[in-house]
Amino acid sequence: MLVLAGVAVIALGFLLRFNPLLVIVVAALVTGLAAGLDPVAILARFGHAFNEARYVTAIYMVLPVIGLLERAGLQARVRSLVVGLRGLTVGRLLAGYLLFRQVSAALGLNAIGGPAQTVRPLVAPMAEAAAARQGAIDLDQVRALAAATDNVGLFFGEDIFIAIGSILLMKGVLDGFGIHVEPFHMSVWAIPTALAAFLIHGLRLWLLDRRLARTVR
Amino acid sequence: MIGVGFVYLVAGAFFAACALMGIADRRWANALFHGLLALSFVAGDRIGDLGNGVLVLVLVATATSGRMRRGGPAEDASPRGPLLALTLVVPAAALGGTLIFQRVPALVDPRQATLLALTVGVLLALALCHLLLRPAPLDGVRAGRRLLDEIGWAAVMPQLLASLGAVFAAAGVGEVVGRLTAHAIPDGSVLGAVIVYAVGMALFTVVMGNAFAAFPVMAAAVGIPLLVRQHGGDPAPVAAIGMLAGFCGTLLTPMAANFNIVPAALLELRDRHGVIRAQAATAVPLLLFNIVLLWWVVR
Repeated sequence: MLVLAGVAVIALGFLLRFNPLLVIVVAALVTGLAAGLDPVAILARFGHAFNEARYVTAIYMVLPVIGLLERAGLQARVRSLVVGLRGLTVGRLLAGYLLFRQVSAALGLNAIGGPAQTVRPLVAPMAEAAAARQGAIDLDQVRALAAATDNVGLFFGEDIFIAIGSILLMKGVLDGFGIHVEPFHMSVWAIPTALAAFLIHGLRLWLLDRRLARTVR
Repeated sequence: MIGVGFVYLVAGAFFAACALMGIADRRWANALFHGLLALSFVAGDRIGDLGNGVLVLVLVATATSGRMRRGGPAEDASPRGPLLALTLVVPAAALGGTLIFQRVPALVDPRQATLLALTVGVLLALALCHLLLRPAPLDGVRAGRRLLDEIGWAAVMPQLLASLGAVFAAAGVGEVVGRLTAHAIPDGSVLGAVIVYAVGMALFTVVMGNAFAAFPVMAAAVGIPLLVRQHGGDPAPVAAIGMLAGFCGTLLTPMAANFNIVPAALLELRDRHGVIRAQAATAVPLLLFNIVLLWWVVR
């Protein structure tokens, strides 16, 4: 029971809006102490895990490319592209991106999109330009929705691909219980939820278009 | 064989360049932050576990000191050059490179194919940008550093959360949560077991920031003993839909920083939790759908 103190630290720390990095370090310390580890051992374990997880932070090497392109006027170019596409609304654009992201993730192509790879340079400025033409005022919300659409598409597409990490993890866990299931069988069961995700998120995007159309009139 | 070391070297070089530029600009806290990242990426395997631990502590102290400054204002230039084509270089290389690298396991570590393809794509895109747009030699690093400074301390949050997960695992947090949730189910109720399993996956994921950490625990506590063994549910949908219920939790938590907090910083949103707010109205109905679907499958 005592080891849950770290979870409480996380919850309280986030609620009271302390700096999240500090909250994480304190939670690790509290959890380790509750489990009877000595502080030096906790620090070593934390350091080891940090070193093993560097791949998470490696993605920032794409920033110089985005920075150079934006300096050369990428955002303005994307906006003028959207102006040229008459029937394009923010809802249709994001629904199209959602479908693209789900299908490509279902084929195992996760790295093709992402906040740094596609959302910041392309999807968010396109969505902003389309929404502005429809009379949207809060463009912050439109950018947030672009990032949200990327996540929804990735999460509810990738599990249809049989060689993705989560499917392999599930297979490993079930094997541990002596239950043997083909990865294909599990990936098929990701399809209903993928369809539901497209319908639910798509409905929200359609409603956004309708709301924008109403406020203008 | 080319492995992940090459990726870390390229990323480390970018962080090191940011640090040197920060020293030149007298942005000391930012320079120290970038310098420590560079040290971790270039020499992380050589400084030992304790050395890495100390490095993390200094990194967090720097990040929380309040002395790190944000990036300068963006310059909105009039567009020139084939910008859209250049934007597609990184995604296209990531896609093509992954497919190609997986076929040459003798040359390239196949487990790292995607990361390596991404790295090659970045280097290729940088080279093409310099050929076609002709910026000053250090403009790329300068522009990239501005974006990195906009993200600020949030840049290392995903990596720190992954490290916290390792400490949680060592302390056995998962087993305790699993035992607690298993107690919450009314006897013999299929719907009760489905709800505890799916909502438990989502809530556990909210706390841990990662459905991968939640799945082994909830499967062992509820999924296998109750839904599969007692109620005779098919293990494939029990596992798959349970994991997807966890993904609904991922959409709702600041603990999944690389999906929810870093994009908010990268898109320069006023609200740090803006992406989560935009996702909630999709995540909650989708969790309900997963509960109904799983109940229909098991019953």
